[in-house]
Amino acid sequence: MSIASVMATADIAARRRAGVMAALVLLVVLLLLVSLGIGAVRLSPLTVIDALVGEGSDVAQVIVREIRLPRTILGFAIGAILGLSGAALQGLLRNPLASPSLFGAPQSAALGAVLVIALGLADVRSYALPVAAIAMAFASVFVLLAIAGRNAGLLILILAGLAISSLAGAATALVMNLSKNPFIVLEITFWLLGSLEDRSFRHVMLALPFIAAGAIVLLSQRSAFRVLSLGEETAQSLGVDIGRLRLLVIIGVALGVGGAVAVTGTIGFIGLVAPHLMRPLIGHDPTRLLLPSALTGAALLLAADIAVRIIPSTSDIKVGVLTSIIGVPFFLYLIVRERRALGGGVA
Amino acid sequence: MTQVAVQNLGVSLAGRAVLRDVSLALSSGHLVALVGPNGAGKTTLLRALAGLVPSSGTILVSGEALSSLSLRERAKRFAYLPQGHIVHWPLAARDIVALGRYPHGATDPARLTQSDAEAVARAMQATDVVEFAARRATELSGGERSRVALARVLAVEAPVILADEPTSSLDPRHQLDVMKTLRKTADEGVLVIVVTHDLGLAARFADTVLVLSDGRLVSQGAACEALSEKIMAEVFRVSAYRGEYQRESVIVPWAEV
Repeated sequence: MSIASVMATADIAARRRAGVMAALVLLVVLLLLVSLGIGAVRLSPLTVIDALVGEGSDVAQVIVREIRLPRTILGFAIGAILGLSGAALQGLLRNPLASPSLFGAPQSAALGAVLVIALGLADVRSYALPVAAIAMAFASVFVLLAIAGRNAGLLILILAGLAISSLAGAATALVMNLSKNPFIVLEITFWLLGSLEDRSFRHVMLALPFIAAGAIVLLSQRSAFRVLSLGEETAQSLGVDIGRLRLLVIIGVALGVGGAVAVTGTIGFIGLVAPHLMRPLIGHDPTRLLLPSALTGAALLLAADIAVRIIPSTSDIKVGVLTSIIGVPFFLYLIVRERRALGGGVA
Repeated sequence: MTQVAVQNLGVSLAGRAVLRDVSLALSSGHLVALVGPNGAGKTTLLRALAGLVPSSGTILVSGEALSSLSLRERAKRFAYLPQGHIVHWPLAARDIVALGRYPHGATDPARLTQSDAEAVARAMQATDVVEFAARRATELSGGERSRVALARVLAVEAPVILADEPTSSLDPRHQLDVMKTLRKTADEGVLVIVVTHDLGLAARFADTVLVLSDGRLVSQGAACEALSEKIMAEVFRVSAYRGEYQRESVIVPWAEV
């Protein structure tokens, strides 16, 4: 085989990836339109587009632009940042089972937000909420990576993540336990389940800057993840500043997950699932997985949020509940599939 | 020309002195074998040269202090091949080799500049891995994977190559392949430093042999001097058969002393 034919096989792979990306973009656009059209009043995609550009009936315009647009924007942005965070963590730790929710980041972010609400430090629409959530998410991921050390095996990571999410859960329970106001407890309980319902542009403004900042930080480090495939020491010998990379990934994940949790509560497992769905199509290159995982995350959360509006039930199903119901069996499936690789450590 | 000069190098890991007072000067175009018993500090010396562990003393590369160089500048000067050839994700062999161009700013293996692509092609031809360029790391045999790892190191086209046991766990044929590739690279003007336990390969291929024992450099020179009977007995605690075959020197460790 000549060098030219080697380059040709690389071109075929590149074309395939471009095709997958185009299909993903199309899927997300479609889901955005459906998300804007589905609800108590069903609107066709054409009516939705009319309403978006300021035409059609006033009612349709209000429904689409003021009620469903914030929800849809949040669904897209939060799904995307969760998918991106999962892919980035898997890249950093060279481990297909890494994800924010398994490491207790959303649970810790929720604790930060719950503290702010329960202590009455600020109302639920202030910037104190995302800031507290981001601080706690940062602390949790930082502690996790500190415990894990430089070459942590999966077992240590999962156990440390379990411990951190349990601690955050216990602390959240304690806050609710000590709360004297039953309404706050109820509000927190429902909020913890994770939902995109009834979100306004105020919420979008609250979360979007942090999510965007997190995405920029994570994407700025994209090429380092590929080098890291060769292990930390080799990556360092090729000029990657590992300490700085770790810190930036922690900051990026904390900004994204913290900002997301502050307005929607905990929505789990999208970060774990999205990169896995993309690997058979895109390949295992952790750098190339980042953007497709973000789009897949967006598609998953938009689809889940559409599903909770369609599924007939007496009370609202929260989207966070749905993603976990689907995500946890998927996680079990991954464990079974990875069992052989885990053999030495777990079995 | 002196490529790497080391003065009073010391490394402590977790409070224990692993390397003490190592001084040496190595020239470009040489293949240097770094030998010594397990735990003598061979890998640590390589890692210190690559700037991967903090060290005391001075390391000069092409006359410049290593400590004054940015990570990227270090990466351009030292190509480091660690033990084990780990690849955590099943990347295509070609993409792995292209990572050798990362210090030169090639962040995407699918979009290499002309010069980067040529360097990758040269490295792949030198190690004979072109035919499985599109295969993934998981689809390669141990010998193939080690050649891909070597190609990645050659692709850096650095003036210094640091290779940590590049022949371990390879069959005799592949051991010779790897050593011949490194020998040829040295002949093209690169300083190649190889850690090895195989004194036979060291004696045959190296211009200079460095013997480390307990963190100190105890002997250096051409193989027959550096691996004298006294050193073999004191450092390795073995006697050795010495001979010549096809006009190259042969050393075979023989019995405990």
